Amino acid sequence: MPDSVSSPPYVEVRGLKKRFGRQEVLRGVDLDIAEGETLSVIGGSGAGKTVLLKHVLGLVQPDAGEICIGGTAISQLRERQLGPVRRSMGVLFQNGALFDSMSVAQNVAFPLRESGLRDPEEIERRVREALVVVKLEEHFRKMPGALSGGMRKRVALARAIVTRPRLILYDEPTAGLDPVVSDTIDRLIKRLQSHIGATSLVITHNMRSVATVSDRVAFMRDGKVYFYGSKDELMAHADPAIRDFIEGRSHELEDPDNSLSENPSP
Amino acid sequence: MNHLFQRLGQLCLWFVGYQGQLVALVGAIGVALVRGRMRWSQLGRQLVTIGFGSQLVVIITGAFTGAVLAAQAYVMFNQVGLGTAVGMTVSLALCRELGPVLTGLMLAGRVGAAMTAEIGTMKVTEQIDALRAMAVHPVDYLVVPRVFAMIISVPLLIAEAISFGLAAAYGVGVGIYGINRAHFLSHLLNSTDLIDIGIGMVKGSVFGLLIVVICCHQGLTVENGAVGVGKNTTSGVVFASLAILISNFFLTLLVNIFFPLSLA
Repeated sequence: MPDSVSSPPYVEVRGLKKRFGRQEVLRGVDLDIAEGETLSVIGGSGAGKTVLLKHVLGLVQPDAGEICIGGTAISQLRERQLGPVRRSMGVLFQNGALFDSMSVAQNVAFPLRESGLRDPEEIERRVREALVVVKLEEHFRKMPGALSGGMRKRVALARAIVTRPRLILYDEPTAGLDPVVSDTIDRLIKRLQSHIGATSLVITHNMRSVATVSDRVAFMRDGKVYFYGSKDELMAHADPAIRDFIEGRSHELEDPDNSLSENPSP
Repeated sequence: MNHLFQRLGQLCLWFVGYQGQLVALVGAIGVALVRGRMRWSQLGRQLVTIGFGSQLVVIITGAFTGAVLAAQAYVMFNQVGLGTAVGMTVSLALCRELGPVLTGLMLAGRVGAAMTAEIGTMKVTEQIDALRAMAVHPVDYLVVPRVFAMIISVPLLIAEAISFGLAAAYGVGVGIYGINRAHFLSHLLNSTDLIDIGIGMVKGSVFGLLIVVICCHQGLTVENGAVGVGKNTTSGVVFASLAILISNFFLTLLVNIFFPLSLA
């Protein structure tokens, strides 16, 4: 599968399978992410992208296959044994997953406190530094409920990077945001990669994000990796399924007999 | 008929599975006590929410229960010339049964519902996944502080409910029905031992643990978004209330064996 990765992979996914009830979500996924590389995983809804991310985080145990992160096989580890691996990761969840009961600053400080940092001045300095990166330093006292969608994502991003993780996972970082805010988030992600040099896995279906942040792209279809390569290779690919996804074509023909405008309800 | 047996079988299977999940959560709490780290700020927050915040509702419950008991007991007892025994009756009923049971039921409604709803909302908004992703075990962070807050708060809340219940009974018996004050107090004090108060507090602690385990379990197993949060919150309150009433019966049987009621 991955062939042209020069540096040793930091994340290795081999033969990953997962079934929920009768639905087979992952049917043997193989992926590598080299150290310092950004891999975007794209694909339609239900292709298994988020389930893949949850496996990498150890939130879901696979039915078969293995995941190695920094040389540690995590698939068979118990919740408490996953601690050291998880402390080396930062995650940006789809809706931010900020803690409602905490302010912006407390949310960003949370992973620092939980990793054992006790010095209040050091915590405050690191929180301020992370909030400056996402340009939210003046909003540190606000509660998550008082923030817009884009600001919540940026706070979640600050929380994901405040511990300076070696691996950052992004789950749909621009979903539900307007194009301008999406572009801001994409540029932030790009800037962070050059700033802290972390390995990144970006789950997205936004082709603009792919173009901005990726070094390499995996296209998932029906629970498998359908394409794996550079973004230039992806853009030049002639496969109809990939072209449809890139160009946003659905092949749904307009049915004149089923048009709402022609048969308005009374 | 076959359908009825099928449903009964399904219900039995569900009940055994549910008990298994509760035992697993109790096991996880035990592991957390040994291997986890206590979050003191969370404990403080839960003490305020569970203990401090429940005082008013518990005081009102205790006071009006004591007042009603006193009024009913006086009307009945006075007909056979035992009006002064109201203090004794109210005191024993409040300490051994009504204080812990009614406080438990009120806490299941007030605190248990809040636990399920808060933890359930955290589950559906991926906040629990976020905790796990930051290497924080949800049982350590969400359940253990609530368990300790319950164990600390419930006996004190029961003591409050009993105290205000007795004060209200005194007000009704002595103030309204004109029972002799000395007789009321002497019957009350002679009949109530420290063990009666202890029984109430131990029962209350058991009810507190049942509430926290059942309601946290309902919160942690929420699925299907807002609908699931609503459904599990209702289930949490209903299951916790039923567990209190059923366990109280068995606890009373045990108490009657080891600490039988003595009016001597």
